[in-house]
Amino acid sequence: MPKRTDIKKILVIGSGPIVIGQAAEFDYSGSQACLSLKEEGYQVILINSNPATIMTDTEIADKVFIEPITVDFVSKIIRQELPDAILPTLGGQTGLNMAKELADSGILKEFHVELLGTKLDSIEEAEDRERFKELMLQISEPVPESKTVNNIDEAVEFANKIGFPLVIRPAYTLGGTGGGFAYNLDEFKEIAHNGLRLSPINQILVERSIMGYKEIEMEVMRDHKDNAMIVCSMENVDPVGIHTGDSIVTSPVQTLSDREYEMMRDAALKIIRNLHIEGGCNVQMALSKESMQYYIIEVNPRVSRSSALASKATGYPIAKLAAKIAVGLNLDEINNPITQTTLAQFEPALDYVVTKIPRWPFDKFTSADNHLGTQMKATGEVMAIGRTFEESLLKAIRSLEIGKNNEDYQDTTTKDLINNLMPATDNRIFEIAELIRRNVTIEEISRITKINIFFLDKIKHIIEIENSLKTDHSIELLEIAKQYGFNDEEIAQLWHQNSDEIRDLRKQNDITPVYKMVDTSAGEFESHTPYYYSTYEQENESIKTSKPSVLVLGSGPIRIGQGVEFDYATVHGVQTIQQMGYEAIIMNSNPETVSTDFSISDKLYFEPLTLEDVLNVVDLEQPEGVILQFGGQTAINLAEALHKRGVKILGTTVDNINRAEDRHQFDEIIKKINLPQPKGDTATDTTEALKIANKIGYPVMIRPSYVLGGKAMEIVNSDDELNHYMHNAVKVSNDHPVLIDSYLLGSEAEVDVISDGDTIVIPGILEHIERAGIHSGDSMGVYPPQQMHRSVQEQIEGDAIHLAKALDTKGLMNVQFVIKDGKAYVIEVNPRASRTIPFMSKVTKVPMTQLATKIMLNHKLADLGYQTGLVEQAKRISVKSPVFSFSKLPMVDNTLGPEMKSTGEAMGSDKSFSKALYKSFIASGIQIPNTGTVLFTVCDKDKATAVNLAKRFRHLGFQIEATKNTQEYFEKYDLKTKCVGKVANDDVINPVTELYKHHVQLVVNTIDNSNTTFDDEAKIRGAAIESSVPLFTALDTVSSLLTVLEAQAFDVTAL
Amino acid sequence: MKRYLVLKNGSIYKGNGFGSKKIVHGELVFSTGMTGYQESMTDASYYGQMLVFTYPLIGNYGINRDDMESLHPTVNAIIVKETARLTGNWRSQMTLTRYAEIEDLPGISCIDTRALSKELRSQGSMEAVVVDSLDEKVIHEAFERPLAISSAQMASTNSIYQAPNSGLRVAMLDFGLKDSILRALAKRNVNVIVFPSDTSAEEIMKINPDGLLLSNGPGDPLNISYALPTIKKLEAKLPVLGICMGHQLFALANGAKTYKMKFGHRGFNHSVKDKNQTRTNFTSQNHGYAVEEASLKNTDLEVTQREINDGTVEGLKLKNCPAFSVQYHPDASPGPHDAEYVFDEFIDAMKVNQKAGNK
Repeated sequence: MPKRTDIKKILVIGSGPIVIGQAAEFDYSGSQACLSLKEEGYQVILINSNPATIMTDTEIADKVFIEPITVDFVSKIIRQELPDAILPTLGGQTGLNMAKELADSGILKEFHVELLGTKLDSIEEAEDRERFKELMLQISEPVPESKTVNNIDEAVEFANKIGFPLVIRPAYTLGGTGGGFAYNLDEFKEIAHNGLRLSPINQILVERSIMGYKEIEMEVMRDHKDNAMIVCSMENVDPVGIHTGDSIVTSPVQTLSDREYEMMRDAALKIIRNLHIEGGCNVQMALSKESMQYYIIEVNPRVSRSSALASKATGYPIAKLAAKIAVGLNLDEINNPITQTTLAQFEPALDYVVTKIPRWPFDKFTSADNHLGTQMKATGEVMAIGRTFEESLLKAIRSLEIGKNNEDYQDTTTKDLINNLMPATDNRIFEIAELIRRNVTIEEISRITKINIFFLDKIKHIIEIENSLKTDHSIELLEIAKQYGFNDEEIAQLWHQNSDEIRDLRKQNDITPVYKMVDTSAGEFESHTPYYYSTYEQENESIKTSKPSVLVLGSGPIRIGQGVEFDYATVHGVQTIQQMGYEAIIMNSNPETVSTDFSISDKLYFEPLTLEDVLNVVDLEQPEGVILQFGGQTAINLAEALHKRGVKILGTTVDNINRAEDRHQFDEIIKKINLPQPKGDTATDTTEALKIANKIGYPVMIRPSYVLGGKAMEIVNSDDELNHYMHNAVKVSNDHPVLIDSYLLGSEAEVDVISDGDTIVIPGILEHIERAGIHSGDSMGVYPPQQMHRSVQEQIEGDAIHLAKALDTKGLMNVQFVIKDGKAYVIEVNPRASRTIPFMSKVTKVPMTQLATKIMLNHKLADLGYQTGLVEQAKRISVKSPVFSFSKLPMVDNTLGPEMKSTGEAMGSDKSFSKALYKSFIASGIQIPNTGTVLFTVCDKDKATAVNLAKRFRHLGFQIEATKNTQEYFEKYDLKTKCVGKVANDDVINPVTELYKHHVQLVVNTIDNSNTTFDDEAKIRGAAIESSVPLFTALDTVSSLLTVLEAQAFDVTAL
Repeated sequence: MKRYLVLKNGSIYKGNGFGSKKIVHGELVFSTGMTGYQESMTDASYYGQMLVFTYPLIGNYGINRDDMESLHPTVNAIIVKETARLTGNWRSQMTLTRYAEIEDLPGISCIDTRALSKELRSQGSMEAVVVDSLDEKVIHEAFERPLAISSAQMASTNSIYQAPNSGLRVAMLDFGLKDSILRALAKRNVNVIVFPSDTSAEEIMKINPDGLLLSNGPGDPLNISYALPTIKKLEAKLPVLGICMGHQLFALANGAKTYKMKFGHRGFNHSVKDKNQTRTNFTSQNHGYAVEEASLKNTDLEVTQREINDGTVEGLKLKNCPAFSVQYHPDASPGPHDAEYVFDEFIDAMKVNQKAGNK
């Protein structure tokens, strides 16, 4: 059937803010889908609450609504826009759930809006465990014995019947939240209880564990005409037991014979045909290691994280084609975008090996439980391509940017290493390597981990090469090491040389990488996809063109502090470069992103972002220059090294980047231009630190230099605390000093600046809602400023201009200020695109990345119609809220502080501040209660502020509960407060019991700056998160929430 | 041990030899299947050819007892990027390299198989040799070694044998059959009697078969034109199914022509449209020759199936007889099972014919 002509206007639902389990991959799938629909001539309306995305750009859809994804707001848009259809299957679980809610609400029927893609009933059949199981039985596809239960008694009854181990999976939760394995009844009860609570329909599936089976995934597509195909097969290196999002995954499957592969292919196709999937779909299966027995694990009836990975692993754009299928086109009618000469009905053939490794946040959340299981914990992932498994694995490891490929396990005993293997942690791959170094057999490791010996042998091979390199310094071995993915740095270490020497030696001996094309057909058809990966082989396929080019470095895997917003900047940079008549070349290692789709740039190098890999591409492409400003700290960290090796960095010079990032140099500039700055200094040891802290006076803010997202940043109040920090939090040395600043408790604000050296444009000031002490990435922010005095705004404007001039900024710069007593103090400068670029670009309508790119290509702002200074304020008020993933990360301290903890952001905008705030809260997933009970447990210094907030709640009709000290204080100020006991005392009524009984609708909890985590407090916060009760740890946020509630409420006051 | 793959056009690929150390000469072809190396290596359609695997890691799941398509390797040499030194599958009985040693099969690893396949794509399948030195004389002598010309005859059985079963009785003309065809028929309880490729129609009719199956096989169909009269005679009496080479011979017997393709179809992802179905099917393919569509004009043949991208004739049918053929392998092994229904259609045709005959 050709495409539908009876529909003209299509509403696409995005996936909202980024949380663990639902990340940048949906920006990729969503924007691909929108563009694909536009390409077919449909009018596209988009709703997404996440401003840090490319899909919310006005070029992506005909109309973009950055509004909360709730039935209320989506319905409002439907009434206003009257779309003919909705495409819900490309916005992750959020999109699907919204479609279900909309259908239930009746609005779709009322306005004759059709759901495109897979039908709702099929989606439900795939997602409802019981219905899915029934279907599998009907079509004779094996599923592990299981039972869906709605209460704990039923669960226990089933467990007693089947025996252990069992696995628990809650229905309708993201990334398997709340699931887990149970080996005995006690564990089982705990997990089942939790799962029942977290499931929105209070339903869990209990099933026989198939832990240790090979975990196989297939990305499948099917159309209207029943054409069905496997786009990509994947085999998890980590067998069943670890969520596939937390597993190391390789594509294509490696250890299945054709007989097994076809058996599983048949099963996958049979399932999607019986589910009547129309579009993309993911089928997860488990295959025994000792027989042909397999089980179906689950089906995701929509594009997913795995389909983004599959698209990048094969080159086959799943989301783009899924959108076309949704509007009635069939696979044998659509041109294959890769070859352009063949049809989309084509199962890609790979002639390389792909490895994906998750990027976990445990480097930031050191207290988090880093054991891996059925609940996904990774924030992002990297992918690498090679012609050997070893090469793709080592490339992926260095793409992680975690600085440990040869981690030092000197102090860990072999016994401990073995014990660490199960249950696995994020370090398992490194522990396995170390055990092999210590001659533990791979058979033994396989026995413990159930990892296929085939994969372990590959790791063993790497270690063998490593061992040979220690004694053999021959060119032959160098070449072999390169073929198996070793980087110059590793070889240099083993050879006691530096990496430049290895590089020179390689070049002298013609050992340089070649670049091969990802073409979906293993070379069978001529393709024109400009999508390349490096390897060490005979033929190079990437040919430099005669057009002058610019290389843009992406930002690598999504992690806390470096999220999708940098991909936004990267993509816009690339598009501008193209508009300016250059060839735009991109390097990145993240499969989830828009920037790594081959259609975005003129050439895509899917490569790790390390010095060596970048230099190799520069050697081949000889670009006019390299843009680092859009790739976050990942790219900026390479600035000096690239510059030293003669690579031209576009925009702000490396010297000026250093002047902004090096504390001493920066201080000199601040002094020279005479800007107010909190007192501070640098220390390289504890004695020095104590001296400085006492000189400037406590409290002080302390952090290591060159940090990302406020890692190990703390507020310290005394010599004791400082001592503790110096000995526990950081490794200090002359190369790695700590920065100590006076901690000013004021409000915060930040600006992004665009400068060409002469004209300096400040699109707007983002005022933070929480006061200093909370990382800017975790603060709510509002534009235009609501409470900032005009004089302060003028000072910020002036200071930012001075700074841009002094640092001779060419491109973007972000400046952060603390405002105290009517004066703004500079606290930080980032000489690059910041996290707020997409938000500020959208709300001020100043295309910052585009302008910055033009500047870097020698254009002048004045010629583009801009003049120095703050751009005139927009009328509409926009609020940005952080979004956290604490429910996925047990034991993470969820109090907000100077270290960043959020994974994403949401935006709300409206004509008034309170309305914008309201939307922003709703969009970030906070359920705002209109009535109920608020639990306060606040530290002494906050009590005075807290009592006023509590009174405001009372006035709105809320009941107040508090722990003893707080309650006594509140009562003193004539506030009726119910006292609850202590968790530690096991009091019958304590905050945790109150939360679990749903007696509390909102929690306000603050602790001292001492950062000593009180057991009680942590338990209260944990309970709040587990029971999905809004938790506030900053009083300023509470105050703004009250602003919303007060604006909504009618005032009831006696005469 | 360093060995060299030298192409007729002079290209040289240096690699590491494994398996047999003998010097070989053959036609170089590539397959894009990511699994199924064991089946392909023992597929008689590759008889005498040097097979390049485009997937770089070969041997990952070893060699097992059950996935052979003939008793011994049929290919002349295998060209790979890398062989697995350890296997990751419970059915594995030995590594690929060990198997190559036992079966005296030469192999080369560490080859840039992508560069090689692309060269074959642009220049067409070509002759090549595997040698130990780049000495011109050695290379020249290697190229002088005879190619397996009448390979289908070589690959065929020498004597009649039976694969007994309780159902319909099918006579199979063997041009180098894959065991998977026998398995597909056995699954349908078909009693198969396999005949050498040069058996006469009269000889075959003696067993009173319900249908005739023309097997796959290697090489140029014109080399076995001696089989055409047999086919012509039998198609008037029996339902016929031709597979691969069998398809080409079926076409030739009915007056069509075949041609040598530039680099053929070898892989599992060729999508084929059967005009009687709405959906398309992925098929397992291995052919270097194809039926020329224009030559069908004045014949009784009609095209029933086509490859969706290049339009290659993938299925034919005689207008007034229950005789048909497919260019791909409905028996898969290796490859997708989407087109297995072809065997069911053949069974149905035989049943219908049986009923008609009984009347």
